[in-house]
Amino acid sequence: MASLLKIEDLHVAVDEKPILKGVNLELRQGEVHALMGPNGSGKSTLAYALAGHPKYEITGGSIEIDGAKLNDLDPSERARLGIFLAFQYPVTIPGVKVADFLRHAVTNVRNPDRKEGEGLVPMKDFRKELRSRMEELGMDTEFARRYLNDGFSGGEKKRMEILQLAMLKPKFAILDETDSGLDSDAVKVVSEGVAKLSGPNMGVLIITHHERLLEFNHPHQVHVMLSGRIVETGDAALAKELHDLGYAGIRERHPQIAAEETEVAKV
Amino acid sequence: MATDLKTSADEVGVGEYQYGFRDSTENYVFHSRKGLDKAIVSQISEMKNEPAWMREFRLSALEVFFEKPMPNWGGDLTHLDFQDIYYYVKAAQGQEKSWDDVPEDIRKTYDRLGIPEAEKKYLAGVKAQYESEVVYGSLQEDLANKGVIFTDTDSAMKDHPDLFREYFATVIPSADNKFAALNSAVWSGGSFIYVPPGVQIEFPLQAYFRINSENMGQFERTLIIVDEGASVHYVEGCTAPTYSSESLHSAVVEIIVKKKARCRYTTIQNWSNNVYNLVTKRAMAYGDSLMEWVDGNLGSRLTMKYPAIYLMEPGARGETLSIAFAGKGQHQDAGSKMVHCAPNTRSRVISKSISKSGGRASYRGLVKFNKGSENSKSNVVCDALILDPISRSDTYPYIESEENNVTIEHEASVSKIGEEQLFYLMSRGLSEAEASAMIVTGFIEPLVKELPMEYAVEMNRLIELQMEGSVG
Repeated sequence: MASLLKIEDLHVAVDEKPILKGVNLELRQGEVHALMGPNGSGKSTLAYALAGHPKYEITGGSIEIDGAKLNDLDPSERARLGIFLAFQYPVTIPGVKVADFLRHAVTNVRNPDRKEGEGLVPMKDFRKELRSRMEELGMDTEFARRYLNDGFSGGEKKRMEILQLAMLKPKFAILDETDSGLDSDAVKVVSEGVAKLSGPNMGVLIITHHERLLEFNHPHQVHVMLSGRIVETGDAALAKELHDLGYAGIRERHPQIAAEETEVAKV
Repeated sequence: MATDLKTSADEVGVGEYQYGFRDSTENYVFHSRKGLDKAIVSQISEMKNEPAWMREFRLSALEVFFEKPMPNWGGDLTHLDFQDIYYYVKAAQGQEKSWDDVPEDIRKTYDRLGIPEAEKKYLAGVKAQYESEVVYGSLQEDLANKGVIFTDTDSAMKDHPDLFREYFATVIPSADNKFAALNSAVWSGGSFIYVPPGVQIEFPLQAYFRINSENMGQFERTLIIVDEGASVHYVEGCTAPTYSSESLHSAVVEIIVKKKARCRYTTIQNWSNNVYNLVTKRAMAYGDSLMEWVDGNLGSRLTMKYPAIYLMEPGARGETLSIAFAGKGQHQDAGSKMVHCAPNTRSRVISKSISKSGGRASYRGLVKFNKGSENSKSNVVCDALILDPISRSDTYPYIESEENNVTIEHEASVSKIGEEQLFYLMSRGLSEAEASAMIVTGFIEPLVKELPMEYAVEMNRLIELQMEGSVG
C-alpha cells in the first residue's frame, strides 16, 4: 500500500515567532503536489520543518508517515524514514568529496538500522550505480570527485540535489524552489530529471513560484499558502490562475488571512 | 533509534584514547630516581659510557636550564613539576635487529601499535624508542650499502664520532631556550640520519616513540643531515598510556638540508592527555633545497611546538603544514617559524586547527626577513574550526622584516561548525557524529592529501576517533 505523509494542524515557530499556523496536507506515494504562495507565506518553513531543522520548532500539530510521528526525530532519522528535501540553497562542504558523502548517505538510508562504524555499501556497486545516475542526469562523472557544492554554479548545485534524490530514492521528496535562479535550459533538465524519478514509489511536493516546473511534473493537487496556512487546494487550473494573475485573487478571497499577512510584514 | 546508537558507542568504547594501555615496569633494566640535579645528569652520562665532552656539554646545559625562567607565554606550565619526573628509564638491555629479540611485553605493545606490520609494507627503516632508549632498529640493506646511516643518536655518537660532533647542537644550541637546555642535559635516544650526496630514499624512515611508565620524561634528540642533492622522508609517531599524573616529552630535532637536497619530516603526535609536549625543532635549509615540516598534533595535555626553518642560501624553500586538534583538557599551542636569511628564498605555512569540548588551539608563528633577504616571499594561511561554544582558538602571527623588497601574505580564518552544514548532511541520513566527522575531515583534507596514503588513512581514522562520542 502506498505510504502516506500526513501533516495535521502543524504550527511552527522560528525564534519563538509563529510562522506556520495550522497547516494540513496529505501526500501519498505516487502523487505530485505543488505548493505555491507569495514570498514569506511559509512554504520554505514547511519544507525545513518536515526535514527537521533544529531552528524550526514544532509548537503544535503533527507530521506522520503511516501513523508514525516524526515530530521528535532528528533530520537523520527522518531521512532514514524516507523524507528528502532538495534545498533551495545547498550549502558547501569543503574537502568532502561528493562520492564519499553519497556513499555514507546511501548506506544509512538503505540500512536505517545501521550502527555507526558498520560497513558501507560495497564500493564497486556504489560507483556503478552513481555513474549511471549521473549519466542519466547528463552530469560529468568528474563531479563525483569534486568537493560537495564547492565552486558549483547555481545550476550545478541544483543538479547535485537531483542526483542525491536519484540515489536516495525517498518515499517523499520536497523540492524547495528547485527551479529558482536557473535559466530555462537548466529548469528543463531538472524538471525532466524529477519527472523521470517520480513514479508510484515517490510522493513529490514541489514548492515553486512559477509554473515551469509543473509543465513536466503535472500536479495532482495544487495548494496555495498564505500567511502560514494552506488557504486553497485545487488542480492545475489553480496553478495557471496564479501564474497568469498573481495572488491578488487569493488575497481577495481570504481577506482576513491576507490582513494578517500585512500585520506580519509590519512587524 | 538514538538509544541504539548510544549503546553501540558505549560497547565499542569510542571517544576514548585507544593507546592508553600500559605494560608492567617490573623487568626494567634501570630506573633513575625522581628529580633533576647534577648527580642524575652525571649518572646518565656514565651509564651511557659517554666521552668527557658530552658529559661537560650536559652539565653546562643543566646550569643554563636552571638559570632560564619558565616561559610566561604559550600554555599553562604551572602544574609541571620538574622534580616529580623520572629522567632516565631503561626498559631493555640493548637495541635489537629482530622483533623476536625485543622483550615480549614491549614487542606486544609495538604489535598493538601496528609498527612491525607497517614496516613490512611500506617503510625503508624503523626505530622504536621505548622510554629512554631505542629498543629496535632496522634499515633496508641496499640503503645501508649506499652509505645511508639510520641509527639511534647514542650509537651515532660512538660509531660516527666525527660526523656527529660536526653537526650536533649546531642548529639548536643548548642555550636556545629552557627546554632545549633541559633536553641537552638529559637527552637519550632519538634518531640519527645521514643521507649521502645524491641518494634518494624512496620510502619513509619511521621512528616510533612510546612512553610507558608514570611520571616519565622522554628526551630524545634527533639529528638529520641530508647531503647535497639527496632526499629523505622521516616520520615519527608518539603515544603513551593515560595516567592521572603528568609526564613530560621534551625533544630536540636538528636538521641540515644541504644544497638541492630535500627533507620532509612528518609528525603524528598522539600522546595521552597527561603529557606535556614541549619540543624544539629547527632546520637549516641551504641553496635551492626544500625543507618541509608536516606536523600533526592530536594528543597531549599541552603542546608547545613551532618547527622552524632557517633559509640560509638563495633558492632555499621552506614549508610547514600544521594540523592541530584540541579536545577536552587540551591546549595545542603550535605553529611555525620561517627565517629568511638569503635572497630569493620562499616560505609557506598552512595551519589548520580544530577545537572541541573545551579544547584550545592556538597558532603562534613568526616570519622574519633578515637584512639581505631581498626578493624573498612568504605565504601564511591559518584556518581554525571551532566545534562548540566552549572551545577556543587564537592566532598569534608575528612578522619582522629588516628588508623592504620582500613579500608577505597572511590570511587567517576562524569558522564555527555550521549548523546549516550539519543539517544538510543529516538530512541525507548521516548521524550527527558522522556529519561532524565528515565536516572536520573535509576541513583538514587539503593537508591530509599531502601525506603518504598510509598516513592519510591513519590521520583520518584518528580524527574520526576523536570525533566519535563527541556528540551527546
